[in-house]
Amino acid sequence: MRPPGSRRRARGKAGGVETVLRGIRFRDDKDFSGCSIFGMMNAAGRRFDGAPMLTAIANMKERSNGLGGGFAAYGIYPEYADLYCFHVMYGDEAGKRETEDFLAANFSVEQAEVIPTSACDGVSDAPLLWRYFAQPREANVSACEMEDPDDFMVQAVMRINADIDGAFTFSSGKNMGVFKGVGFPEDIGRFFRLDEYEGYIWVAHGRFPTNTQAWWGGAHPFNILDWSVVHNGEISSYGINQRHLEMYGYKCTLYTDTEVIAYAVDLLVRRHGLSVADMAGVLAAPLWEDIDRMPPRERELHTALRQTYGSLLLNGPFSVIVSNLSQMIGLTDRIRLRPLVAGRNGDWMYLSSEEAPMHLVDASLTETWIPSGGEPIIFQLREPAASREGVEAWGGAAV
Amino acid sequence: MKSYIIPEFLVERDDHHCIRCEVCVRQCAFDVHRYDEEEDEVFAHEDKCVGCLRCVTLCPTNALVVRDNPTRVPANANWTREVLHNIYKQAETGGVLLTGMGCDKEYRNYWDRITLDASQVTNPSIDPLREPMELRTYLGSKPDAVEIGGGRGRHELETRLAPQLRLETPIMFSALSYGAISYNTCECLARAAAEVGTCYNTGEGGLHRDLYRYGGHTICQVASGRFGVHADYLEAAAALEIKIGQGAKPGIGGHLPGEKVSEEISRTRMIPKGTDALSPAPHHDIYSIEDLAQLIYALKEATGWQKPVSVKIAAVHNSAAIASGMVRAGADIIALDGIRGGTGAAPTMIRDNVGIPIELALAAVDARLREEGIRNRASVVVAGGIRSSADVVKAVALGADAVYIGTAALVALGCHVCQKCYTGKCNWGIATQDPYLTKRLNPEVGTRRLVNLLTAWSHEIMEILGGMGINAIESLRGNRLRLRGVGLTREELDMLGIKHAGA
Ligand code: SF4
Ligand code: SF4
Repeated sequence: MRPPGSRRRARGKAGGVETVLRGIRFRDDKDFSGCSIFGMMNAAGRRFDGAPMLTAIANMKERSNGLGGGFAAYGIYPEYADLYCFHVMYGDEAGKRETEDFLAANFSVEQAEVIPTSACDGVSDAPLLWRYFAQPREANVSACEMEDPDDFMVQAVMRINADIDGAFTFSSGKNMGVFKGVGFPEDIGRFFRLDEYEGYIWVAHGRFPTNTQAWWGGAHPFNILDWSVVHNGEISSYGINQRHLEMYGYKCTLYTDTEVIAYAVDLLVRRHGLSVADMAGVLAAPLWEDIDRMPPRERELHTALRQTYGSLLLNGPFSVIVSNLSQMIGLTDRIRLRPLVAGRNGDWMYLSSEEAPMHLVDASLTETWIPSGGEPIIFQLREPAASREGVEAWGGAAV
Repeated sequence: MKSYIIPEFLVERDDHHCIRCEVCVRQCAFDVHRYDEEEDEVFAHEDKCVGCLRCVTLCPTNALVVRDNPTRVPANANWTREVLHNIYKQAETGGVLLTGMGCDKEYRNYWDRITLDASQVTNPSIDPLREPMELRTYLGSKPDAVEIGGGRGRHELETRLAPQLRLETPIMFSALSYGAISYNTCECLARAAAEVGTCYNTGEGGLHRDLYRYGGHTICQVASGRFGVHADYLEAAAALEIKIGQGAKPGIGGHLPGEKVSEEISRTRMIPKGTDALSPAPHHDIYSIEDLAQLIYALKEATGWQKPVSVKIAAVHNSAAIASGMVRAGADIIALDGIRGGTGAAPTMIRDNVGIPIELALAAVDARLREEGIRNRASVVVAGGIRSSADVVKAVALGADAVYIGTAALVALGCHVCQKCYTGKCNWGIATQDPYLTKRLNPEVGTRRLVNLLTAWSHEIMEILGGMGINAIESLRGNRLRLRGVGLTREELDMLGIKHAGA
C-alpha cells in the first residue's frame, strides 16, 4: 500500500502546489468531516439557475466551517451534450502543460477554456481552473482493448489524478459539471458564478472537515463520469472499500471516503449493471435478520448481493446524495446515524440534511418525509436524459 | 541407562492439607503420585511430571503445588536446559524428539504488536446491546459481480453462486482427528459447532458414524492417508478440505501408533485394528498444482458440486504464490496454518523451526490475491495460535474471512498445554484413547464449555466492532486501516500492510 502522496514527495515537487489540490500535508487514513447536503431537481427536466441552491445551503451554515463547499449541476452544457467535460484544477503551469499534452494525445478536444469565476470574499488561493470538452480518440480507446469509452475516460481521470503533479480532474461527465473549492459553499457558488448556469438537477455540499488543512480537491461533490456524490459522514469501512475497489482499477487518490462511494456506484451500476435500488442494497445492505424474513426470491437476491459485495458495504454514519444525468438518489447508512429529509412538490424534488432549507426555497412545499435507515430515495426524470447511452437500461431497472 | 535429565517440575504437597484421598494418585496417568500405606503418606515421582496440572486442579484440599524446578544448568544463553535435555534424551534413546501442541518458541507474536482502532467524535461507536451487530460469514468462492435479470418488470438473480458455508460467527474448530483426540472430544466439538452455528473439522481421522448427524456443521478432511474417506463421508460433510500441510509440521506426514487404533478408530479410519496409521508426507497423487486441481475437481464432482472445497496448507515462505495457484486450481477456501499451530504429535525440530507466523502469511496471501484480482474467488481461513477474540478481530482486519481455533478449544476443555499429547496419556481425557482417561471428558459439559467460549468471544468481537463504529463483520474484513503496529520495523509494517501507531 503506497502511503498518500509518497511518490510525489519523492520527486521533491513543491509542496504548496499539491497541498492546495490534494492536501497531502497530513497523511491521515482518510478525511474526516461532518457536513450539510442539499439536492434539488425538476423531474420534468426544466432547467433552473443555481441561486436557490446557494440560499438553501447557506441556511445550514452551522454544518460547515468554511473549509470546503461545492456543487454539481446537470444539464448545464447542452451545446456540448455529447462531449465529456473535464473540469481540472492546476497548481501550476507545468501541471497544466502535462495534462493538456496528455489530453491532446488521447482525446480530440473541441473546446478548452478557463472556468469563469469572479473574485469573492471568503475564497482565496484558488488554483487555475480549466475545462475541456472532449471526445476520446477511437484509436486510443481500441488500443486499450476497451469497448466502452466510459472505461477509457475513467482510466484517463485516474491517470491524471494519480500521475500528473499539480493537476486534478474534479469533474468528468457529459452535460454536467462540478464546481467546488475551499470556502463556505455559498461563497464558492458566487465565486463560480453559478447563477449563470441552468441545470435540472443540482446538488450542494458544505463541509466541516476536522482537518485544518483545507484543499480544493477535497471538497465535495466527488465525481466520476456523470456520477456525483455529496456526503455527510464518515465511512468506518473505508479501508476495505478502498482495497476492494483497487481490485477493479480504481485508485483512491484523495483518501476520502466520499471518493470511494463515487467509485463504488460506478462499479456497481455502470460496470456491473445493478439497478440503483440494488446498488443501495449493497451500500446499505439490509440486516441478515431482515433478509432471512424476505420472500424466497428476494432473500436469495439479497443474500447473493451481500455475499458478493460485502466488501462494498458502507459502514459508519452517512447520508449521501448520489446523482447522475437522470436521477437524484438519497441514501443513509442502515442504522441511520446521519440525517436526511426528502421533499416533493409536483415535479420539484428535494433531498436535504435538514428540512428548513427546502421550505426556504419552495414556499409551497408540503410533502416532506424522513426515509428510514438504508432505504434509498430515488428521484427520477420523467424522461431519462437522452445524452447518455444505456441510461434507459439502468434507469428502467430501478424499482 | 541412568537418565541425566533433571525433573522439569517440582511437586510440593502440603502435608497438613493432604487428606490422603488419593485423587492425585488416580488422576495421574504418568504415575507421578504414589500412596504408601505403611507410612500413610503420598509421594511424588517428580521426574515423571509433565506439568498438566490435573492433580493440582482436582485436589480437594489445594494441597498441591507444581512449579518449575529452580535447579539451573550452568547459565548459558546457548546451552540452555532445554538444549541439554534434548541431547540427553537423544543420547539415551537414539530417537527423533517428539512433542505435541504448537511451537513454544518466542518468534515474534504479531497479534501482540498490533492494536485496534475505535471511534471518537467524528463517528459514533455502536452499542451492540442496543443495535444489531452482524458476525454472519459465508465461506466459499464469490463471483466478481452479480447479474440480475434486466428488462422491465424482471428482477431476478441470474448468477448462481458457488456453494457457501454459512457461519454465525467467524470462528471454527480446527482439524483435530479422531485418533489423536478422543471420541468424546470429537463429540464436544461437533455439538458445540452445531449449537453455535459454525463448523468443526474432522482432521484426517474420518468421521465416526454417530457424528454424522452433525454433518451440516462438519468439514471433512481428505488427507494424504485418505483415512476414512468414502462416499458417505464426503456426502455427510458441509464442506471438504484437502489437507496438504499443517503448521506444526509442514512438509511431513503423520503417524498414529497402532496401540491407539482401537476397534472404533479402526472402523472409522478403515484400517485394521492395532496397525499404525501412517499418513505420507505428500499426497502421492499431488506432485504439482495441476494434480491439486484434479483432486479438487474430483471431490466436487463426487459431491455434485454442492460443497465448497477448502485446501489447507502450512504457512511457508511462498504461501502467497502457492495460495494464488490454489485459487486458480479451484479451491473455494484457502486455509493457512501458521508456525504456532498445534498437533497431536510432531518432531520437535520441525514443529519449532519450520514455517512462518500466520500473521505474515495471512497479510501476504490476502495482498497477493487482491493484486491478482482474485481475492473474491476464495475465502481465506487462518489457523495457528489464535488465542482470543482480539486475535480473531486482528486476523479478520488483516484479511481473513474466518479463523480456526484448535489449541484454544482444547484449553476450554481442560487442556493445560503440557505438550504431551503424543504420549496418549492426556490426563484431561482429550488426546488419549484410554477409556479410563477419555471418560473424564463429559460430552455434555465439554459442549457447554465450548459453546460458552464461542459465545464469549463473539460478544467480545461485537463489542470491538461496535467501538470501531462497524456493525457487520464484512466491513472489518481486510480493513487494515483499523490496525496499527507498535514496535515493529518498517519492513514488518510493510509486510503486514499496516501503519505504525501514531501515524
Ligand atoms: S489429591 Fe490432594 S489431598 Fe488427595 S491425596 Fe493428592 S495431594 Fe492429598
Ligand atoms: S491435550 Fe492433554 S496432553 Fe495435550 S497438551 Fe493438552 S493436556 Fe497436555
